Amino acid sequence: MREPILNMSGLNAHYSDFQALYGVDMDVAEGEVLAIIGANGAGKTTLMRSITGLLQNGAGQIFYRGQDISGLRADQVASLGIAMVPEGRQLFPSLSVEENLIIGGQLGRKGPWNLAAVQKLFPILEERRNLPSSALSGGQQQMVAIGRALMANPDLILFDEISLGLAPIIIKDIYEALPGIIGEGMSAIIVEQDISKALSVSSRVYCLQEGRVSLEGQSGTIERADISRAYFGIE
Amino acid sequence: MDWVNAVVQGTLLGGLYALFAAGLSLIFGVMRLVNIAHGDLIIFAAYLGLTVTMTMGVHPLLALFVVVPVMGFFGYVLQRGILNQTLGDDLLPPLLVTFGLSVILQNGLLEIYTADPQKMNAGALETASIPIGSLSLGVLPVLTFAIAVAVIWGLQWTFYRTALGRAFRAVSDNQDIAQLMGLNRRHIYGLAMALALAVTAIAGILLGIRTSFDPSVGGGRLIFGFEAVIIGGLGNLWGTLTGGIILGVAQTVGAKIDPGWQVLSGHIVFLVILAVRPNGLFPRVSG
Repeated sequence: MREPILNMSGLNAHYSDFQALYGVDMDVAEGEVLAIIGANGAGKTTLMRSITGLLQNGAGQIFYRGQDISGLRADQVASLGIAMVPEGRQLFPSLSVEENLIIGGQLGRKGPWNLAAVQKLFPILEERRNLPSSALSGGQQQMVAIGRALMANPDLILFDEISLGLAPIIIKDIYEALPGIIGEGMSAIIVEQDISKALSVSSRVYCLQEGRVSLEGQSGTIERADISRAYFGIE
Repeated sequence: MDWVNAVVQGTLLGGLYALFAAGLSLIFGVMRLVNIAHGDLIIFAAYLGLTVTMTMGVHPLLALFVVVPVMGFFGYVLQRGILNQTLGDDLLPPLLVTFGLSVILQNGLLEIYTADPQKMNAGALETASIPIGSLSLGVLPVLTFAIAVAVIWGLQWTFYRTALGRAFRAVSDNQDIAQLMGLNRRHIYGLAMALALAVTAIAGILLGIRTSFDPSVGGGRLIFGFEAVIIGGLGNLWGTLTGGIILGVAQTVGAKIDPGWQVLSGHIVFLVILAVRPNGLFPRVSG
């Protein structure tokens, strides 16, 4: 077992009175691509918000390279090298395409990704660099969101529902590009409702159900029947 | 010719109103905070300027070099220390806290400087004028207007051409995602308030050279600032300058009709514009 870059032990997450995660144990190894699947409301996005610090939980629950990050603010977590492609893309509408990318790299972490590298990966973003980000199509906006996260040169990148609301052909393109993107020694967590997409790009998979881990296994060998049970909670 | 004169003088006066308004507009644009204490902060800056000119014996315009950084620093501390705690989904806490700040500032100034009207002495600058045809333009109003245009241009440039402005816009668009980019919104808000109060310092000094002031007049400046912002359209700085000019012209033209109408006619024009164009003349195009 390689050294875990991210480790969660007994993670509980709350939105005021409502508890969204119950004792989640999870780890991500250095360079590993992990998939998290689960139905709507299973707690996937809550998990992402907890890791990135947008949702702060009690101390001693999330460790990044051995450091307790549970109580850090999102900007502090970001500076440690964790970036996220958020659900629904969430670009900055007041910023141009290029500014959206530049602001992703404003922490100035060193690494292979910069404006030129992202524009080489997605040439359309160079062509449309001065447009407001809201003028792009959904697929192009997703490219900006991915590029924006890459610009931070993260060691761990989170993809939250990147296929949501996109045409199948665009989803296919993005998933084909994904291994090349993650291939630079980055670790990744991919949250996805589309199970086969999630399994195809990951090495391990966790399934969440009603805030708990209901299944964990190797993406290549896991049984479909087990997934169905873990996903829907029916016998 | 008198009417042309009224319009010209009103336009120049509008520059001062735009300076009152620019800080308000910036703060609202970045953090959706309505600063009720803004007018009193302008007067506070004027008193700071007065103290600097009295103790150091310098020209009021030179006092800017002290008052602008002091107000900027005060803005950052005020934001980080108090106002950040009030920001959230509810608009009421910042209103109440800045209202409280307004009361504290007024009474604090009253304690220190008494209720006597004060004025900064700018010497020949106050009375110097440039004759243009049959018009006579005061050097101070022209200078004020030029400074207002420069400040608005500078703010606009900061907003759209610098990393700080990019951070302002990003935090204004989406606080959570901006945090994910490594921007600490509390710090960014502090910088925005620092910038706003630096502009307020300029406005306060120019006000204090132009007219006499006492601790109670902040409320009136707040109203003029608000009106300029609303007329121009929220979130548009050039619109704010236009709003200031419209307000200034309305006041001087009103005063020309009847001296008692000066302030009233400004309010009437504001109400008419608010009724016809509730979003102001140049609202920011939403994304």
